[in-house]
Amino acid sequence: MNRLPSRQPTWLIVALAIVPVIGLGVFFLWPFATLLSTAITGEAITNTLSRRSTWDIAWFTLWQATVSTLGTIIIGLTPAYVFARYNFRGREPLVGLLTAIFVLPTVVMGAAFLALLPTSLDRTVWAVIGAHIVFNLAVVIRVVGTMWEHLPTDMEAAAATLGANRWRVFTDVSLPLIRPAVAAAAVIVFLFTFTSFGVIRVLGATGTRTIEVEIWRRTTQLGEIGDAAVLALLQLGVLALVVLWSTLAQRRHSRALGLEPLARRRAPRSPGERHFVGIVVGCTTVIASFPLIALAVRSFSTPSGWSTNAWTNLGQTEIRPGIRIGIDPVDALGNSLRIAVWATLIAVVVGGVAALAIAAAGRSGRLLDTGLMLPLGASAVTIGFGMLITFDAAPFDWRASWWLVPVGHALIAVPFVVRTALGPLRSVDPSMVDAAATLGATPARAWREVIVPYLWRPLAVGTALAAAISLGEFGATSFLSRSGGETLPIAIEQLLGRTGSALQAQGYVLATMLAITTVILVAIVDRLQEPRRTKADRS
Amino acid sequence: MIRESFLTRRGRAAIAALAASALILASCGSDDADDGSGDPEGSVAIGNPPVPPTASSSPDGERSVTLVAYDSFPEADTSLNDALTQFTDETGIDVELLIAGDTGTMLAKASLTAGNPEGDVMWGIDNTFLSRAINDEIFEPYVASGIELVPEESAMLAPNGEATPVDFGDVCLNYDIAWFADQGIDPPTTLQDLTRPAYKDLLVVQNPATSSPGLAFLLATIDEFGPEGWQEYWMSLNENGAEIVESWSQAYYERFSWAGGGPKPLVVSYGSSPPAEVIFADPPRDDSPTGVIESTCFRQVEFAGVLRGTDAPDEARQLIDFLIDDRFQSQLALNLFVYPANVETELPQEFLDFAVVPAEPRTLDPAEIDANRSSWIDEWTELVIG
Repeated sequence: MNRLPSRQPTWLIVALAIVPVIGLGVFFLWPFATLLSTAITGEAITNTLSRRSTWDIAWFTLWQATVSTLGTIIIGLTPAYVFARYNFRGREPLVGLLTAIFVLPTVVMGAAFLALLPTSLDRTVWAVIGAHIVFNLAVVIRVVGTMWEHLPTDMEAAAATLGANRWRVFTDVSLPLIRPAVAAAAVIVFLFTFTSFGVIRVLGATGTRTIEVEIWRRTTQLGEIGDAAVLALLQLGVLALVVLWSTLAQRRHSRALGLEPLARRRAPRSPGERHFVGIVVGCTTVIASFPLIALAVRSFSTPSGWSTNAWTNLGQTEIRPGIRIGIDPVDALGNSLRIAVWATLIAVVVGGVAALAIAAAGRSGRLLDTGLMLPLGASAVTIGFGMLITFDAAPFDWRASWWLVPVGHALIAVPFVVRTALGPLRSVDPSMVDAAATLGATPARAWREVIVPYLWRPLAVGTALAAAISLGEFGATSFLSRSGGETLPIAIEQLLGRTGSALQAQGYVLATMLAITTVILVAIVDRLQEPRRTKADRS
Repeated sequence: MIRESFLTRRGRAAIAALAASALILASCGSDDADDGSGDPEGSVAIGNPPVPPTASSSPDGERSVTLVAYDSFPEADTSLNDALTQFTDETGIDVELLIAGDTGTMLAKASLTAGNPEGDVMWGIDNTFLSRAINDEIFEPYVASGIELVPEESAMLAPNGEATPVDFGDVCLNYDIAWFADQGIDPPTTLQDLTRPAYKDLLVVQNPATSSPGLAFLLATIDEFGPEGWQEYWMSLNENGAEIVESWSQAYYERFSWAGGGPKPLVVSYGSSPPAEVIFADPPRDDSPTGVIESTCFRQVEFAGVLRGTDAPDEARQLIDFLIDDRFQSQLALNLFVYPANVETELPQEFLDFAVVPAEPRTLDPAEIDANRSSWIDEWTELVIG
């Protein structure tokens, strides 16, 4: 079905779209364009495009991202199904755990991952792809799962009754229905792996570079900002095409499904089911918890054996009499939480109205949809530097304003809010809007009563994701100039980058704290947004 | 005024000239930010005027100066920050700290915003980046009062007073003392030693394309073997099993036998790593587990300068003077693990005990580094990583 509900009045769509459009324009497109126009020269273009390494790097970037994305989707679908359909003990913490490893700074998580790898896999492209898959599992489980859990089960049940085995039910019934969500998840994973930085630096073989790594290297090591800008444009161009393709694909495949507002999860019943769920949950738990355990272990290890000093001395910044490290973990945690609150607020409001606008606007909505995804594909360097040279004169002299950091985080979080909300919004049966209209509701009222309620649940999921993304954000933050305190990920990176075993252990203490904070935060929000169930539901 | 007491003779002599140039700067600098303050020749300021001009005060009468620094500069809480507070107490000028990222990022930002800078003073451009900073005209020349206490060979790296040397450090090969003692072999003493069979598979270095100590080590080998000879040396290093990793953290904390429990007892790190290993040891210890191989050390001199286009030129200059004053310099070693540039500043005991200040560190002309950095790195990459 190609024509989706687009009966909302134009004024409503414009009113909804205006904030996201202006926000995207002012804080992303304008700075990006300013940077390109300042930095790019004809010479930079010829130099970059004629350099053989540029194409080697582009090819590596493309293939590792493609393999990582396929791997993530294939491996992620089974747990996504289990998480969507079954209730089991520890479900929320496990989702929290997976989300945490997705949002934690990859530089830190990479180090943890490395500790677990057999030496033969150290610094190979397989280590990179493996890490990409593990770190991005949460995207599939959350994005696909959110859709899957609302699919009515009757079609699957009917197919099963007609003799289809589990695999047939999946390929012939479920997969076509969840395809929009799979495409959405695939695009997000692709964006993240295509622009991979930390994982490549920590786990890749020496000299391995993605376009993102090369942009960073050209900018900061060689000072060739023009060449970096050309690469940034190349990177963004490829990703814009991918995103555009996927938004088209998503619309083509999305159909009114009569989604159920309440998730129909139940405990596994038959022994076979219990076995299946048990294995999937067990494997996922192992995969999700090992990197975090590795982090925690490192916080106790010193060159001369195990020690709890890093934990007991936490917050005591005076290492020796008169010598302080100048990094206050408690302050950093406070900063991070404060920034996360603002970033989440911005992301949820902007992402929420954007999702409504996109769902309502039909064709022109695709443009906004694609546009909002772009910051994910933009190099962190271009976000930071673009803002730096754009907001540098009155009345836009905002450089080093405290709120640029949460705005930067929100740029990255908004697409997640939109992604999670769009699927359910688009699947609302248009005949319900018609019915409301028949009953005498104005178009705006029909929209408010029928469609908007579908926003709340995915929005709650988006809130948790946005907060978690902000807490763990490293790249864009590191390129914005900062005053008045570091965020936790930056403090961790600082501690891990200095000589001295005490600092090293402290860094891992902070990383563990960041992980725990994220897990708790996500689990709490997930719990809040669980609709209250009746006893019957739970059985 | 207390400030008078550390105005040098040279500074006092220049006061008259200064008052004039300060006026010129104040009048043209504040309105036309893009243009900065014109040609370097005409506006070299020396020393500080005793009475601050009011043009640079902010509207509410509070005077402040923004110090842009790299990310290992402590934001608060340390004796280095206390020293800045002391500056504020004495001059009434607030110092705001702006962290701009690592040195390369900071410089890239400064180059993009040259003439309309993010702050007023920049801390921490080192000699491998200095040429680029000067060519991009990010600094406004100023000869600090007190400059005569800074070694002349460092000051001469910025011949027109574009920037002031504030500290120095060395990138040196470190070795795991216990490892060599256990094996009963002596650690290497020269770069050439590293190619000997006795030291096969013992060394880990960073990729100069992505790591600044890695670049410094490459520069050390270029200094030793010349622009035509280093390639052969690296081929032998490669054959002798030198491991290349992407970053300092990886080399030091994953591959180095002391800190990371890795297999390599030789690592490229800093001359000040041994004292850091003592000071930040957990559990505490009173001798360093690592040593420095002196002949491999490459000198990095760090500079501070007044950013061109600053709207607080006078405050900025006063701050530069303070940055090389003993009260600030004496706090550098234990906070940034660098050596003070001021020759009169004394080193803390931990540094005297465990740090090595090589008598003749290796160095290359900043202009030569800047001109060849890209091609050396490309050539090295081709040769070593393939």
